[in-house]
Amino acid sequence: MAKNVNVWIDGHHLEVPDTMTIIEAADKHGIYIPRLCYHPDLPPTANCGVCVVEFEGNPVPKRACCTPVAEGMKIHTNSKKLRSYRKTLIEMILSNHEVVCPTCTANNKCELQTLANNLGVDPDSLPNILVKKEADFSSPSIIRDPNKCIACGRCITVCNEVQTVYALTNSDRGIGSEVTTAFGMGMAQSPCVNCGQCTVYCPTGALRERSEIDEVWEAILDPDKHVIVQEAPAIRVSLGEEFGLPLGSITAKKMYAALRKIGFDAIMDTNFTADLTIMEEGTECVARLKAGEKRPLITSCSPGWIKFMETYYPDLADCVSTAKSPMSMFGVLSKTYYAQEHGIDPAKIVSVAVMPCTAKKFEARRPELRDSGYQDTDYVLTTREFLRMIKEAGIDFAHIKEEDADEGMSFYTGAGTIFGATGGVMEAAIRSAYTLVTGQELEDIDIVGVRGLEGVKEATVNVPGFGDLRVAVAHGLGNARYVMDKVREGLKATGESPWHFIEIMACPGGCVGGGGQPYGNDIASRARRGLALYEEDKSLPVRKSHHNPEVTRIYERFLGAPNSPLAHKLLHTNYFKRSISNGQVVEEATHKHH
Amino acid sequence: MYKEICAKYAPTKDNLIYILHEIQDSHPQHYISKDAVTAISEYLKVPENHIYGVLTFYSMYSTSPRGKNIIRLCESPPCYIKGSENILRKLKTILGVGVGETTKDGKFTLELCACLGVCGNAPVMMINEDVYGDLSEEKVEDIIEKVRGRS
Repeated sequence: MAKNVNVWIDGHHLEVPDTMTIIEAADKHGIYIPRLCYHPDLPPTANCGVCVVEFEGNPVPKRACCTPVAEGMKIHTNSKKLRSYRKTLIEMILSNHEVVCPTCTANNKCELQTLANNLGVDPDSLPNILVKKEADFSSPSIIRDPNKCIACGRCITVCNEVQTVYALTNSDRGIGSEVTTAFGMGMAQSPCVNCGQCTVYCPTGALRERSEIDEVWEAILDPDKHVIVQEAPAIRVSLGEEFGLPLGSITAKKMYAALRKIGFDAIMDTNFTADLTIMEEGTECVARLKAGEKRPLITSCSPGWIKFMETYYPDLADCVSTAKSPMSMFGVLSKTYYAQEHGIDPAKIVSVAVMPCTAKKFEARRPELRDSGYQDTDYVLTTREFLRMIKEAGIDFAHIKEEDADEGMSFYTGAGTIFGATGGVMEAAIRSAYTLVTGQELEDIDIVGVRGLEGVKEATVNVPGFGDLRVAVAHGLGNARYVMDKVREGLKATGESPWHFIEIMACPGGCVGGGGQPYGNDIASRARRGLALYEEDKSLPVRKSHHNPEVTRIYERFLGAPNSPLAHKLLHTNYFKRSISNGQVVEEATHKHH
Repeated sequence: MYKEICAKYAPTKDNLIYILHEIQDSHPQHYISKDAVTAISEYLKVPENHIYGVLTFYSMYSTSPRGKNIIRLCESPPCYIKGSENILRKLKTILGVGVGETTKDGKFTLELCACLGVCGNAPVMMINEDVYGDLSEEKVEDIIEKVRGRS
């Protein structure tokens, strides 16, 4: 039972629960203690020592990140001695760091750079002793550059404790210590699922996405290529941050304008295929429910989750919706339906996706996702890469005049846009599945029970003619593991899953917290971006996927009906069992329906 | 083979160190392979990256194949003062390998280590489980010859 204690930080009296650490108490009351390895979203590791504070009556300074408050503590956070300690620590870190700030992807976002600058560190106080090591370029999603690593351990914490992926670890010790994968095999030969949360929490540029900017520029400048672009829901509520717009600004139309200015030939929207996903997955769900299926249906949009499932839960692969992700549905349709409608040779189409996600780069390269006869999605840019392109093109994003997307595969409903927040796919699916089961419209379409940032959310929806539909939503792979273990236990014990329908997103907060999102991607920012998507949902004229006129059109003109043979061929996929040891495919876990 | 060694121990995390030791000792090349770690990981339900972290933290484990005999020369200050540097040079010459390397015939691996606790006899080295003290360049040559003859 926590009790309150009285502490004084730099003379301010605070009454705080004794379960808090000093840094938490200080943060809560707006007192900033310099820190480097500590991040409020993650458990402290006490690796760097920058957050040391002093105590009256105790000569030993301690780290604020891992020292709990105690009754009567009088804490000082900013003495001459502490500043000198911090400065020395940063000088030592810099002496073993590749200092290439101007060209580093983390420039101006780097926490080491900021601290060095704030503390007035002399860059020449210590000689640079860095022994250059080879960077890990094995992954299609993530680059790990040990020369910029400061061994703070955040990536290891988020990979092991939050995501429970168990790819990254610390090897060796002392100066030889390195963040790496087992036997230094490279991330592509590890259980890494490419979620990119390590790139989000890396305070420097040591972990970053593998850029495809050059390839995209090349395609845009090639007069023979028709470059079509799609943008995930989360992008439109995240771009503004970089340009001084308030957190959670909805900038869909500025985004379209910027894409057009950059030179894309056709500007469409992933939100359209999010709506289409609901039709395919919703139909699949309803068919299973009507058949009295005891095994649950689990969403399949998140590529980090899919690789995680293939690695750790291949025995439950048949429970995962066969529907491709909205990105991959768009990719295949861009080279079939779109090509046909516009009379363009699909060989000339370059399909680009702007995603909040590093794992989408891996997904795009999956050999099975070539149902158009080509690689369905050619290039994936993260939000961060897109921001770099906007800047490279000299676009004043904050003031650019709003424009619409091109007509066609760009129309979207409120249901499509909330895909970007945890619970959004579930809510969108319920809005339509209800109609698919009952033939009636769901009146109260705000299903708030599945919104918000609680790790695992559960809700029950009464569906006339079916009964109580039990659903669960998990975001962050540690939470996914919890839910999947429950499903596995339930199926083993009683043959029944605790839930009928489950949404899983690899990243905490859903796609708004994706591994490709702009720096400053902490839980608080994810919450604000998510709310912006719900605001946009409310503002849109159509809020249910089955009322999307372009969705109706594509079924009429091209696909036939949801889950039709052509829909199955183009919009559905199958899964594989992967080795926990190296992440490689062992065998098929499910077969593709034809 | 790895599975059989694992099975001698209860599948609890605290047995990791013992299993690693036995697997390394029983391997003709005195090291722990990735396959071994995969087997241990499956047995103990400890992720491979965690096991790798543990086995690279301790200097007595090796992740790459080593020779039949492992020479560990002390590089701590007392031995250094008594001339361990010359001993190291001599060892490198006799064996024709650098630190961390294995002779072509697979008989010796040369390693450096921290204090062996017999500073009174500095400079000191160990070959496998045997300690050799008061080393001189001549003595080293004899010792290596003897060990080479035995193996």
